[in-house]
Amino acid sequence: MPAVLIEDIHKRFGSLEVLKGVSLSVEPGQVVAIIGRSGSGKSTLLRCINGLETFHAGKIEVAGHTMTQDPTKLRELRKDVGIVFQSYNLFPHLTVGQNIMLSPRITKNVPQAEALALAKDVLAQVGLSEKFDSYPDNLSGGQQQRVAIARSLAMKPKVMLFDEVTSALDPELTGEVLLVMEKLAKGGMTMLLVTHEMNFARTVADTTVFMHQGKIWESGPSKVLFANPQTPELSNFVKAGAH
Amino acid sequence: MQTFGWPEALFIFRSAGWTLALTAIAFFIGSILGGAFAIMRLSRVRWLRRFASGYILVIQSIPVLMVLFMSYYGLSALGIELPPFLAASASLSIYVSAYLAEIWRGSIESVPRQQWEASASLAHTTAQTYRYVILPQAVRISLPPTVGFLVQLVKNTSIVQVVGFVDLMRAGMLVNNATYQAFQIFTLVGAIYFAICFPLSRLSRHLEKVMNASRSH
Amino acid sequence: MLFQDVLSKWPMILHGVWLTIALSFVAITLGLVLATAMTALRSLAGSWAGYVVDAYVELMRNTPFLVQLFMIFFGLPQLGIRLNGLEASILAMTLNLAAYATEIIRAGVDSIHRSQIEAGLALAMSKWQVLKHVVLQPAFARVWPALSSQFVLMMLASSICSFVSVQELSGTAAIIEQDTFRSFETYIVVTVIYLVLALSLKLFLNWLGHKLFPQVSGLARLTEAHGEAA
Ligand SMILES: Nc1ncnc2c1ncn2[C@@H]1O[C@H](COP(=O)(O)OP(=O)(O)OP(=O)(O)O)[C@@H](O)[C@H]1O
Ligand SMILES: [Mg+2]
Repeated sequence: MPAVLIEDIHKRFGSLEVLKGVSLSVEPGQVVAIIGRSGSGKSTLLRCINGLETFHAGKIEVAGHTMTQDPTKLRELRKDVGIVFQSYNLFPHLTVGQNIMLSPRITKNVPQAEALALAKDVLAQVGLSEKFDSYPDNLSGGQQQRVAIARSLAMKPKVMLFDEVTSALDPELTGEVLLVMEKLAKGGMTMLLVTHEMNFARTVADTTVFMHQGKIWESGPSKVLFANPQTPELSNFVKAGAH
Repeated sequence: MQTFGWPEALFIFRSAGWTLALTAIAFFIGSILGGAFAIMRLSRVRWLRRFASGYILVIQSIPVLMVLFMSYYGLSALGIELPPFLAASASLSIYVSAYLAEIWRGSIESVPRQQWEASASLAHTTAQTYRYVILPQAVRISLPPTVGFLVQLVKNTSIVQVVGFVDLMRAGMLVNNATYQAFQIFTLVGAIYFAICFPLSRLSRHLEKVMNASRSH
Repeated sequence: MLFQDVLSKWPMILHGVWLTIALSFVAITLGLVLATAMTALRSLAGSWAGYVVDAYVELMRNTPFLVQLFMIFFGLPQLGIRLNGLEASILAMTLNLAAYATEIIRAGVDSIHRSQIEAGLALAMSKWQVLKHVVLQPAFARVWPALSSQFVLMMLASSICSFVSVQELSGTAAIIEQDTFRSFETYIVVTVIYLVLALSLKLFLNWLGHKLFPQVSGLARLTEAHGEAA
């Protein structure tokens, strides 16, 4: 069974149709990069997968859950689907450790001692053990983003979504975040990532999906797709991004 | 005729205690009501939202004096005769609730939308999102305007005498009726109000500076 | 409930409404002039004037309007200045509003950048032209929403003038209540009238803001601030 199954999704904002029939299937352990011009619907698609956006037609199944409006079922789905945002969105009033421990404690009733061990473990995975008691405001953007990834990991998700997680970072800080993501990919995590880092998509993602005007315009194994664009749109996009 | 001396001054000072007590109670009850109205105002249920908006708009668009009269005579029309202190507290609480509801709604709304999304994505319920993510941040944001409003409340307690309660202001008036030394009396009364309000005003402004500093780094 | 007893007093009520409007209009106009003068004084006359204006603003903002009114109505006669209720009310409201308005206008003036003033002078505008077009007009435009809230609050606070026997709307209410023994009905009617007055005043001030500051009213709405009760 695929980890993520998207079937003919349609999504409108008012009269603007943003997703015009998108279908995509992601196997467990697969890493899929979503690329495309600004406004092509990448974020919207990603946000549909964890229910942050609703859609008008189509069907989504993630980690064995069918997408639904029912709050209880939606929460069950979200326990298995992590998302990391461009703007980190850490909780500024909580320390790094508290940010990470909060959700396991309150949504899964993980005991305090266990949550603490879990937090230390995921924080070590992103290389920030020494920041356990820091507040987000005192961390660099790259460090905040790694904490955000750790916070998601603490929920032991089956699928991870990343929406341009390095776009807000200074160039010298993107590397440390990409490294963490690459490690996750190698560790077998199922990942969907919207990215502008073409190199990362080419080398780390098994599959790359090119979105254009609310549709999947082209998709295939990353190396093939980048080497041999089949459409002029992708070809132009890759050329424009290469400089 | 009496003259304005130590016993009178002492009487006025003691009545300031009632002003403080009244402020505290009205603020406490008003906070609970105001919190409820703020949440209703932000509720997904449309009629709750409308009801809260209407309540806030009406209370903020009529004189505090009318809030006092309306709740006092409203209660007695319902056959409820409250002792003056309770009547004053109840009326002022209504006034407080509308203003705090509006201040707190603004504070809750100024927590970035992304915080709601991050919280929802972590499988929190709406109640958990409020409890652990939104309210702790909203409380910080609301602190300066809330303390600022406290100053308005202290000043507005000066008219509760209309429901028969003897507070600082009423004490001043009673002494004035006996001594006719209005200038000295109301200087003292004003000085006591000032001594309560000025530190609160400063605190509010200080908190605002601290917030602005922490927001802009 | 028996509203006809109350409503039959409509000539009195109308007179009260008129007095509330007149009191508010006079106090707002005079208060605004005084506030503008104080703002100018603090920026033109050096630091001592600044301290005096600041002290005045703090004093007024941190004491109840009723104390201020009583100080004028009952306290001043002791110094030989005797005012009737209406005069005392107008003076108290003017002085009170001026303090709040000074604080608000100051925020507006502070938001005008030095470089804009220099640019104005560089364009060969006179000092007065700069003050009018570069400082005051944009400053007022920016704080107009805050001023408007303060005006509405002042209108509502005029009800307190009934404490010195002014027959404005709430003073009228007290008399009708004594005549008819219909407290609740009286205050319902009067409250509704205040509600209508406040909402109308808000709409009017909004409209006036658009008329007076057409070019910047969008900006002003963005920087909307909260007024405070008198
Ligand atoms: N909440 C919203 N309301 C209205 N329109 C929206 C909303 N969110 C997105 N859109 C519109 O939907 C379209 C797709 O937006 P989306 O954010 O999915 O694009 P994207 O591919 O992620 O672009 P980017 O690379 O800029 O992030 C855009 O035209 C955008 O303006
Ligand atoms: Mg996007």
